[in-house]
Amino acid sequence: MSSANTSTEVGSLASRFNLQQYVVYLGFLAIFLFFAFMLRDSGFLTVRNLSNIVLQTAPVTIMAIGLVFVMSAGEIDLSIGSIVAVAALAAAVTIASYGMAAGIVAGLGAGILIGLINGALVAYVRLPSFLVTLATMGLFAGVSRSMTDLRSISVTDETFTGFFGSGSLLGVPSLIWWTVIAIAIGHLVYRETRFGAHVLATGDNARAASVSGISVPKIRLAVLTISGGLAGLAGLLYAGRLQAAKYTLGETDLMTVIAAVIVGGTLLNGGKGSIVGALVGSLMMGMLNNGLILMGLSVSDQMIVRGLIILTAVAVSLRDKSR
Amino acid sequence: MDTTASGRAPVLQLKDIRKHFGGITAIENFALEIYPGEIVALVGDNGAGKSTLVKIVSGVHAPSSGTITMEGREVTMASATMARSHGIEVVYQDLALADQQTVYMNLFLGREPVNRFGLLDRRRMIDETDKLVKELDVRIPSVRATIRNLSGGQRQGVAIARATHWASKLILLDEPTAALGVSETAKVEETVRSLKQRNIGVLIISHSLDQVFRLADRICVLRRGRQIGIRNAAETDKNEIIAMITGLQH
Repeated sequence: MSSANTSTEVGSLASRFNLQQYVVYLGFLAIFLFFAFMLRDSGFLTVRNLSNIVLQTAPVTIMAIGLVFVMSAGEIDLSIGSIVAVAALAAAVTIASYGMAAGIVAGLGAGILIGLINGALVAYVRLPSFLVTLATMGLFAGVSRSMTDLRSISVTDETFTGFFGSGSLLGVPSLIWWTVIAIAIGHLVYRETRFGAHVLATGDNARAASVSGISVPKIRLAVLTISGGLAGLAGLLYAGRLQAAKYTLGETDLMTVIAAVIVGGTLLNGGKGSIVGALVGSLMMGMLNNGLILMGLSVSDQMIVRGLIILTAVAVSLRDKSR
Repeated sequence: MDTTASGRAPVLQLKDIRKHFGGITAIENFALEIYPGEIVALVGDNGAGKSTLVKIVSGVHAPSSGTITMEGREVTMASATMARSHGIEVVYQDLALADQQTVYMNLFLGREPVNRFGLLDRRRMIDETDKLVKELDVRIPSVRATIRNLSGGQRQGVAIARATHWASKLILLDEPTAALGVSETAKVEETVRSLKQRNIGVLIISHSLDQVFRLADRICVLRRGRQIGIRNAAETDKNEIIAMITGLQH
């Protein structure tokens, strides 16, 4: 019996620590070391630059948390980039007339509402989330453009910009607080609650979840609403940090967020994922961005190199996961 | 052989069960009693109505007429959740397991216990699963193993263990060994037999008459929605059952 137990422990250890789960950490380390060496004279390793990476990554990290839930449930949300812009603009416009609290409600509310629309169409009208969120991505990109006739709206409320952007508490910048708190809550809900377990079961085998008494439509509604709400929060963070909102906010984030989530070990087809992995994936994307700029690559070259690296990273982390 | 434990109330009693889908009669005049610790096999050709009956007992379909009684009390079975709350569990043909999750999470799928902070009580799930798979002698590497790393027989064992854990009255087994090899089938049959000691009624659907005779106390034959008859396994033989299934005289 004791020998059986020992082999059992060894077996489960081996399966728990397979290479794939390390890919994101190894990739992170490799890119970090590469830039640390190549850019040793360009200020990559300074505390200021490294903390800048974390600050710039905060909105992507927040969106990535939402997408881990969505993808774990076997769905996708392509509308997060458009939600960011709508939420940021809604907040900026509302703050100007009604103050900070109303602005926060408007921004988060816009995100949650769009998420609810996505979720209701997926869960109850039973349309594929890929098509629903592809459509709402376009729809709300249009809405954000028409909201202010393409104009940028500045945010002057200093409490707001401090809270969501440039401020700090106990010497730690507020964007880092947001990141840490969101990751901690996201991880706890994802790993340690019945809801998290039901999300995974739904993405893994929706029929099994359903016959086990899990309300699959409610789970689908919930994950898309969470994703919308967190994209709304990301919009507030952008508006706070840049002290302005514009329809271009979040425009290019979708690919970065999806890459961060997949590289971080979340399966595209659902049933398995990691919030902490998504954080590391997100930081990896931010570091890549930062390093390529410091290396002096032109914007077009940056896009090409980033695309190739994301392709490689995604290929490596997806390889034989579908076995 | 100890069969129908006479003197005790049946865990499940079906009376005059009929089921129509539009104008088509799927089940007519079905009656069956299952006693605690008894294994009853439901046999019949494809389309005979076995699946419809399983769906009626598991709450997926409501019967068009007739009564379902459990331990003397008439019950309605409007949903799978209601059937479960009456102590009925189903082992589906496709097992309904979440492949990327652990054995213990599957055992508690949809019914995970939480501690006083509202967080998953993994310790309890792991301990209870461990105890149960040992009792049922389901040989898996670990209760923390992921389902997709298990063999077909081990998965079937997990599905039966889950049903056993939650069923207080009755387990429905739909073709439990259809996809298994010889030795794995033997192992699963052993597990099914061990359910008798738990005083749970078992209703098993199987295409293998050999298996039916190895496991069942009584055999109920359906043909085209009609109940042809019920036989004590000890008092009949394969020829009679085949004649009843096919409707050909022997």
